Amino acid sequence: METMTIDNAQYNYDVIDNIKCSINATIDGITMSVPLDPANRHYAEIMRQVEAGELTIQEADS
Amino acid sequence: MVLNGSMAVAQRGTQSTGITTTGFRTVDHFRTSLSSLGTWTENQSTDAPNEFASSFKLTCTTADASPAAGDVAYLRYMFEGNELQGLAYGTSSAKELILSFWVKSNKTGSATVQLLQNDNSSKNISPLYTINSADTWEYKTISIPADTAGNIDNDTGPAVSLIWWINSGSTYSSGSTRTTWTAYSAADSNPANLGVGGATSDYFAITGVQLEVGSVATPFEHRSYGEELALCQRYYQRRGATPAMNGSYYAMIADGMFWDNADTAFINFEFPVDMRATPSLESGGTFRLVGNGTSYTGISTFALQWPTTYGTRINASGSGYPATKNACFLQSNNNSSSYIAFNAEL
Repeated sequence: METMTIDNAQYNYDVIDNIKCSINATIDGITMSVPLDPANRHYAEIMRQVEAGELTIQEADS
Repeated sequence: MVLNGSMAVAQRGTQSTGITTTGFRTVDHFRTSLSSLGTWTENQSTDAPNEFASSFKLTCTTADASPAAGDVAYLRYMFEGNELQGLAYGTSSAKELILSFWVKSNKTGSATVQLLQNDNSSKNISPLYTINSADTWEYKTISIPADTAGNIDNDTGPAVSLIWWINSGSTYSSGSTRTTWTAYSAADSNPANLGVGGATSDYFAITGVQLEVGSVATPFEHRSYGEELALCQRYYQRRGATPAMNGSYYAMIADGMFWDNADTAFINFEFPVDMRATPSLESGGTFRLVGNGTSYTGISTFALQWPTTYGTRINASGSGYPATKNACFLQSNNNSSSYIAFNAEL
């Protein structure tokens, strides 16, 4: 009953080292950038929805 | 143990309208939880008992006279585990608690407060209190017995939820009150359903929330606004365009530098308070980068880069930036709704 609505999820890469370091998404209508930290509730919900097959995270634009 | 119990801090704003879903919207660290049960306005209200300046108020704008079984409406406060180690839960030295708060509603009768142990499969207790008079501030105290069997993890994760139920369907309202800590049963969550939101203009307001060890509630311990704000910033920090300066909204947000291409700038943030967990970045409105003697408004996205609990770099992507490493700074672009926020709420 507390599911977030997550749209337009896409990975970000560090510009200098080209390492994946966050996910941009629209969450409940708010533009967000989410760290790859399981203790972050947005990241935890993104991963839950990915594992449930409800969400796909797009790769960064090349 | 409760931060912002006087409802003094509201970094996100003082009013949010048209609410139909769960979220943090006005008063810091207090969350409205909704599922298919009406439409609401949430306020940091100036209607409060004499001792306080603010309350958290939910007012129904579209009623739901017959909630479906699984529909819910409640107000939630969450503790993290390391805050509660002094309770010695899960040991023979476990402490009893006393919860006190002020409440006001147009509805009268029995209502439910529920505490859930997130670390113990939502083991819960759901004591009742009574609102005796409509439209009148009333002070309530509720005893919470010790739990010698439920260990609370010593970490930064969600540990105990404190819930004021205001309405729900039968899934959460068809059981009976729990006065001792027992295994979770949804039906026993809100056995005394106050039913706020059954009619338009129904409202529920609360302030002066305090949770103490012991059996006797003591007077509310007021903190200064600065102290309360710093406590709230462990979970949420916001930098916005308001108030206006001489009628304009060019608030300074943070310093940074252009990278050596035409589409990237790095903006650096050092948090004034270490956050509970690595935060998410929220943003809204329009911004500009100022450097190299010019302002650049072509910012398209912000992205966290190597965030920590004590600070982060943000990549401000866009176009038309200088292709050299010049210093710059980020400002709101004369837009009163511009903001950058860091969110590590539970």
